Amino acid sequence: MSEQPEMLTPEQSAQVRARQKGRAKILGLILGALAILFYAITIVKIGAGS
Amino acid sequence: MTSVTTDISLPADWRDFWALTKPRVMSLVVFTALCGLLAAPGSIHPILGFTAILCIAVGAGASAALNQWYEADIDAKMKRTANRPLPAGRMDRESAFQFGIGLSAFSVGVMGVAVNWLSAGILAFSIFFYAVVYTIWLKRSTPQNIVIGGAAGAFPPVIGWAAVTGDVTLLPVLMFALIFLWTPPHFWSLALYVKPDYAAAGVPMMPVTAGQKSTRNQIFFYSWIMAASALAPWALGMTGLIYGIPAMLLTLVFLALAFSVWRNPAMETSAMKPEKRLFGWSILYLFLMFALLAVDRMVLA
Repeated sequence: MSEQPEMLTPEQSAQVRARQKGRAKILGLILGALAILFYAITIVKIGAGS
Repeated sequence: MTSVTTDISLPADWRDFWALTKPRVMSLVVFTALCGLLAAPGSIHPILGFTAILCIAVGAGASAALNQWYEADIDAKMKRTANRPLPAGRMDRESAFQFGIGLSAFSVGVMGVAVNWLSAGILAFSIFFYAVVYTIWLKRSTPQNIVIGGAAGAFPPVIGWAAVTGDVTLLPVLMFALIFLWTPPHFWSLALYVKPDYAAAGVPMMPVTAGQKSTRNQIFFYSWIMAASALAPWALGMTGLIYGIPAMLLTLVFLALAFSVWRNPAMETSAMKPEKRLFGWSILYLFLMFALLAVDRMVLA
């Protein structure tokens, strides 16, 4: 077995979780902002067409 | 926090994705795009105007990410760039590539659907131009790389204009020309005092291949044609005196600083004060010129 062990150290797995949490939070904020933006764009587009 | 960052199989921190978009470069892109949008005749709904600027900014971020995906090897060799996420080992190249492609597709798609397909098309072309024509093809092969690369940075005001009008006329072309011709003196003055870095990385920047003297000649030469394109909107009657008079004064300062660079015989980085002054002024200059252009056109309208 020349491969490195698959296990992360406790320190590394804590870091992985911290980063995943940070990324999930930011992605959530971006998706929320996009939902609002697309809603606003839709309202503007419908308004212009009528 | 960064104690185990040598293991790049860990997921990258979101801050490194943010850094990958080069937020500081983005500010100039957003600003010139906004000025192009404001200088255009007619009007755009504020929500759609905001969306257009957002798409241009995201497109610029995508270009920056793709640029760093391809250039990690060069960046690692230069002090100025060695701490970027890829060369520092905080992110793997595949993540940067997917991030860049994802942002590109997203920004172009939203621009097309929400604003119009001409501005989306120019945005797509500008990303392609920066990532492929400049980064992959020309940067490593010709000392005129920065001249051609400047064209990529010159698209934002044209896209901002096209978002409002759906067409491209002479004024946005002159705005394009101003940034395009401004880039060589702006970037070469920086390149003169970071030359040892570029030489070490093997990038054929003008000071490395043609020497300091020739670079200074070319800075001075490009400054004069830049000055002509800076004053053209006024000379051709597309703006009033609000742009014309300050533009002339600001451009004279630019030419004076370019002149002192031209006269500077220094080969040592420590004696390159004129280069540093020109570089610093060039950034402020572009901000002021575009602000004046937008204000002038809004007052005229």
